[in-house]
Amino acid sequence: MSEHDKDIDQPTGVETTGHEWDGIKELNNPLPRWWLYIWYATIAFSIGYMVVMPAIPALPGMGTNTRGLAGQSDRMAVAEQVESLRTQRSASGAALLTASLEEIETDRELQQFAMASGESAFGDNCATCHGAGGRGAKGYPTLADDAWLWSGTLEGIQYTLQHGIRHEEDPETRFSLMPAFGRDRLLERQQIDDVVNHVLSLSGREVDEAASSRGADIFAAQCASCHGEDGAGDRTFGAPNLTDDIWVFGSEYRDVYNSVYDARNAHMPAWGERLDEATIKSLAVYVHSLGGGE
Amino acid sequence: MVSAFLCVFAVLAILIAGNATDHLMGVHALLFFSAIVAWLVGIALWAGKLGDRDPFDETEYEDTLVKFGVAASMFWSLAGLLVGVIIACQLTWPNLFYFEELGWTNFGRLRPLHTSAVIFAFGGNVLLATSFHVVQRTTRARLFGGMWPWFVFWGYQLFIVLAATGYLMGITQSKEYAEPEWYADLWLTIVWVAYLIIFLGTLWKRKEPHIYVANWFYLSFIVTIAMLHIVNNLSLPVSLGSAKSYQLFAGVQDALTQWWYGHNAVGFFLTTGFLAIMYYYIPKRVDRPVYSYRLSIVHFWSLIFIYIWAGPHHLHYTALPQWAQTLGMTFSIMLWMPSWGGMINGVMTLSGAWDKLRTDPVVRMMVVSLAFYGMATFEGPLMSVRAVNSLSHYTEWGIGHVHSGALGWVGFISFGALYCLTQWLYKRKSLYSIALVEWHFWLATIGIVFYIVALWFAGIMEGLMWRAYNDFGFLEYSFVETVEAKHISYIIRTVGGLLYLSGALIMSYNLIRTALGHERINQPTDANPVSQPPAAAELQPAE
Amino acid sequence: MGLLNNHGVFERHSLLLTIGILITVSIGGLIQMAPLFYMENTIEKVEGMRPYTPLEVAGRNIYLREGCYVCHSQMVRPLRDEVERYGHYSLAAESMYDHPFQWGSKRTGPDLARVGRKYSDEWHVDHLIDPRALVPESIMPPYAFLAEKSLDFRHIQDDLKALRAVGVPYTDEMIENASMDLRAQVDPDIYFDEQDALVARYTEASGREGTVQIRDFDQDPDRITEMDALVAYLQMTGTLVDFSTYEAEDLMNAR
Ligand code: HEC
Ligand code: HEC
Ligand code: HEC
Ligand code: HEM
Ligand code: HEM
Ligand SMILES: [Ca+2]
Ligand SMILES: [Ca+2]
Ligand SMILES: [Cu+2]
Repeated sequence: MSEHDKDIDQPTGVETTGHEWDGIKELNNPLPRWWLYIWYATIAFSIGYMVVMPAIPALPGMGTNTRGLAGQSDRMAVAEQVESLRTQRSASGAALLTASLEEIETDRELQQFAMASGESAFGDNCATCHGAGGRGAKGYPTLADDAWLWSGTLEGIQYTLQHGIRHEEDPETRFSLMPAFGRDRLLERQQIDDVVNHVLSLSGREVDEAASSRGADIFAAQCASCHGEDGAGDRTFGAPNLTDDIWVFGSEYRDVYNSVYDARNAHMPAWGERLDEATIKSLAVYVHSLGGGE
Repeated sequence: MVSAFLCVFAVLAILIAGNATDHLMGVHALLFFSAIVAWLVGIALWAGKLGDRDPFDETEYEDTLVKFGVAASMFWSLAGLLVGVIIACQLTWPNLFYFEELGWTNFGRLRPLHTSAVIFAFGGNVLLATSFHVVQRTTRARLFGGMWPWFVFWGYQLFIVLAATGYLMGITQSKEYAEPEWYADLWLTIVWVAYLIIFLGTLWKRKEPHIYVANWFYLSFIVTIAMLHIVNNLSLPVSLGSAKSYQLFAGVQDALTQWWYGHNAVGFFLTTGFLAIMYYYIPKRVDRPVYSYRLSIVHFWSLIFIYIWAGPHHLHYTALPQWAQTLGMTFSIMLWMPSWGGMINGVMTLSGAWDKLRTDPVVRMMVVSLAFYGMATFEGPLMSVRAVNSLSHYTEWGIGHVHSGALGWVGFISFGALYCLTQWLYKRKSLYSIALVEWHFWLATIGIVFYIVALWFAGIMEGLMWRAYNDFGFLEYSFVETVEAKHISYIIRTVGGLLYLSGALIMSYNLIRTALGHERINQPTDANPVSQPPAAAELQPAE
Repeated sequence: MGLLNNHGVFERHSLLLTIGILITVSIGGLIQMAPLFYMENTIEKVEGMRPYTPLEVAGRNIYLREGCYVCHSQMVRPLRDEVERYGHYSLAAESMYDHPFQWGSKRTGPDLARVGRKYSDEWHVDHLIDPRALVPESIMPPYAFLAEKSLDFRHIQDDLKALRAVGVPYTDEMIENASMDLRAQVDPDIYFDEQDALVARYTEASGREGTVQIRDFDQDPDRITEMDALVAYLQMTGTLVDFSTYEAEDLMNAR
């Protein structure tokens, strides 16, 4: 650095580079050693890592990338991890598959295992519709009570989960269709109003007596075939009990009116494809235990 | 010249407005047209009032433009931070801050508004203003190109307005930090090329033999952003009358292109651009030489070389082939020291003037910004390690990292530069109130700490909850349980954001009073000497 | 340091400095991006991927417009917990027709790569209208207006054309019938012949039965709304590839 006269910065005693821009000068300090050494260390580490792991792409027509000394692959690794988790579970899992649902409920250890599995699967797959702990939501039945649409037994619940409800892609799905009495003009608006009054009276609600008694006749003719003479429901059609004041689709007059006018015919997906058999069995045990298992 | 050039665009805009196949495009074409008409009218009025004065006097610096830039930065910072606080509220109290009837106020549309407003509108204007200021002082030359710098300034504001109104109306390419649609992208390309030419032109005109280090950084920012912007926005409009376009690349190729862009938007917009600011305003404010010329050289070239490779750390464990992820990780680790080079050079510039940290809160703000820069550039390489990233990716940790860089580094260095610029450009002995700068500093610092600590906590907790297994070997938590668990952190973050915003409000008040020439009595008199030495004889600063 | 002494060249010649910068910042990008376009193991060989139907394209555009990607990823990573929670890890092949990609960068909400067919249409509609009615802890915005807004698909043909121009293999027939295909997919009660044609076209492209779902997705049979399109798109995500024929063990696919 002899091209220019030495210019020494006063407070630090370090030489400057001799340039100045708008009053700003530059000191000629060396690179900090610690800085340089850490940098070299990161470079050494990186080169090592690139040798061990897949890292270098190939030129066109020259095959694929380097695979690294470790031959590591995330996709292989995860397959192994899932597999080993499955084996770890399979001791209990295999027992779960062979045991009857009743046996599971009576064998404490098996039951705990099934509950742990069921609760885990419930959170991300079922709670979105049926609420945390099966508390239900408007349009999605509560699973924690003892009012069942289709079946509250272990086998029944398992079947529901396996095949879904009105899940058209599954030929064995639980299926029934309530007619849309209003939309399809099977009943006049006035008649619907009457029958709704009657339905509400079944669970002891205050209603217009005259309308309700007119509605009783319509109910007997149109509805009893599914919901039963007394309105107590029929599980073969998944037709809800209308006398227990538990409502899937809302308890207001408007809600019930809409149920009759449009018919709900709600869908529940079949889980047979997405979840494996052990999980479905566990879910059945879990749901069964929520409150109203039969 | 500029006006004739714009007339061509006015005609184009009208043609597009007439043929728009969707009404959103029509709205934007008309907006564009009105902006150009406003420019032409403005120019005519301005020219009428000139009289004999030469508006492009080569013996004066172009400082009026820089003042406009400062005002724009101030305005957009408030807007961007306000939207940040709003979206933070939405995540915290969804029942209060979502409006059924106002779909356009939903989080999905406001979030890009926030990111673009803070990065491109606030950050971009700070970069425009400071680069125009710095390049003139360090070359002792007036800005090149006569009226063109004004075209760049207003053209850039027009781009921001197109982008922002577009998001609200639902016009977006959905590419993070590059959401504006094809026509806004094209417009920005034109503006940016003009910017590059002005910058290079000013360097050509320079009266100093050497180019100052701040200008290397500005130049790398301008050149690289041009390259990134053009490649990442390659897309085909559905028709010339439609606001919608489809990306040229798809899937995995598009993903890598996007994060090559996204990461280097961080690297060249939020890092080299703001390092350039650091390299001028810190030595100038503390009146000390830059610490090490050699460090400048080594860290400059290594930084820009290595940064470009690090993009795949945004795609760890995705369907991007693993070899690319390895490169992303290793280059991020090698990036650590080159990043810290800038911090060392900045902080050590205070050697011999450490007392300024105590006496001048503006200096303190800029030095603390370097501390946050150091923190973010340590955290970044850490998060690039694949094992760490498998936990941090997709979580709030990333958002915490972003904001320690954004609020701490980008925000503070910008505020520091704005304080300096206002005081110097308006030739004030001191800022209106030093006490208010102290307030700003402390409110904002506490705000940042709230923000990032809350999100580290939320992010790591969330990451651990996602992968937690119970004793029987089944997933322990459902997704919504993790959402619920973050609520407290969200509240703290929102409070932190509010503190930060109030600091910025105080700054704006202070800057306006300073510009107006008000001065508080009872200031410590030695706190802020005008550290602007007399300009070179042939170039008197403009007024 | 001799090298550093020569740095003055860059400091004295702005053009050299510019070119130096440009070269320095080009290298990394080129080495990483170019191979993705020519290396064979970038995109896996799979069965079932097909271009999206016009209704799905329209729905996807609403997904982009509303910014769902700022909260939802569409990328199941090969990590044990994710594979268990969301299903098979995502393949590059699954987003090969995504212009642009939707992998996302933040999971404020759950991953959506495999949400297709997981829930019922009613659930999606109910949930989009008011997420907190179904999931009280949710922080997702309400999208009730989608159910009110008729879908504007006057230019859907142009969309398909543009997509073909950027590389999606739409056939002439698909483009010609875009508008009718869109209607046929949501209106199960009128367009019987058109439905058969739609299914035939996209099944042939897919090489796999049952990938085209035909329903009135929004439960409002009188209108084609934006909700129809969005739900149709969501119900398709992650369902196209046939994983029973996918060879995960193949070294090319392990990568
Ligand atoms: C898309 C929403 C949805 C999801 C997800 C869902 N369900 Fe359902 N489920 C329903 C609806 C709707 C019904 C009622 C159908 C009807 O009205 O007949 C139902 C009914 C049931 C029933 C029958 C109740 C009875 O009274 O007979 C059981 C049991 C059940 N669900 C369990 C589950 C479990 C376990 C899961 C998770 C694996 C699950 N559901 C996921 C919507 C859903
Ligand atoms: C073909 C069988 C069938 C007939 C006939 C029928 N229903 Fe239903 N009904 C059902 C089924 C099945 C459901 C449950 C639908 C669901 O879960 O989605 C139901 C649901 C209801 C509900 C909603 C209950 C709740 O919990 O919210 C009401 C109310 C109702 N029916 C009333 C009637 C009335 C009144 C009539 C006659 C006018 C009638 N139903 C005729 C099968 C029938
Ligand atoms: C503010 C962030 C946010 C935005 C924006 C957002 N979501 Fe969500 N989303 C969530 C959260 C949180 C959940 C989990 C709780 C729930 O189920 O509501 C969720 C859940 C979902 C689910 C259920 C996923 C599952 O497997 O359970 C779907 C589907 C969904 N969102 C679709 C969308 C669509 C489509 C859009 C855009 C129109 C969107 N989301 C926008 C936050 C968001
Ligand atoms: C050495 C320097 C740095 C490295 C290696 C680095 C690395 C990273 C990593 C690993 C991520 C997370 C990616 C993911 O998991 O999704 C990230 C995100 C991010 N970082 Fe940094 N970082 C660095 C410095 C900075 C600085 C200084 C800023 C300044 C503001 C910044 C801004 C961001 C932003 C905005 C994101 C979010 C991108 C997105 O997902 O939208 N980073 N960075
Ligand atoms: C008042 C201060 C601020 C608040 C309250 C705030 C709030 C937020 C919120 C709530 C998000 C969305 C996070 C999510 O999706 O979970 C966000 C994202 C973001 N903000 Fe801010 N912000 C503030 C300031 C800033 C500043 C000053 C910058 C940049 C200079 C910035 C840059 C970003 C970026 C880049 C993202 C996207 C991060 C990603 O995608 O990974 N923010 N901010
Ligand atoms: Ca863009
Ligand atoms: Ca992001
Ligand atoms: Cu990055």
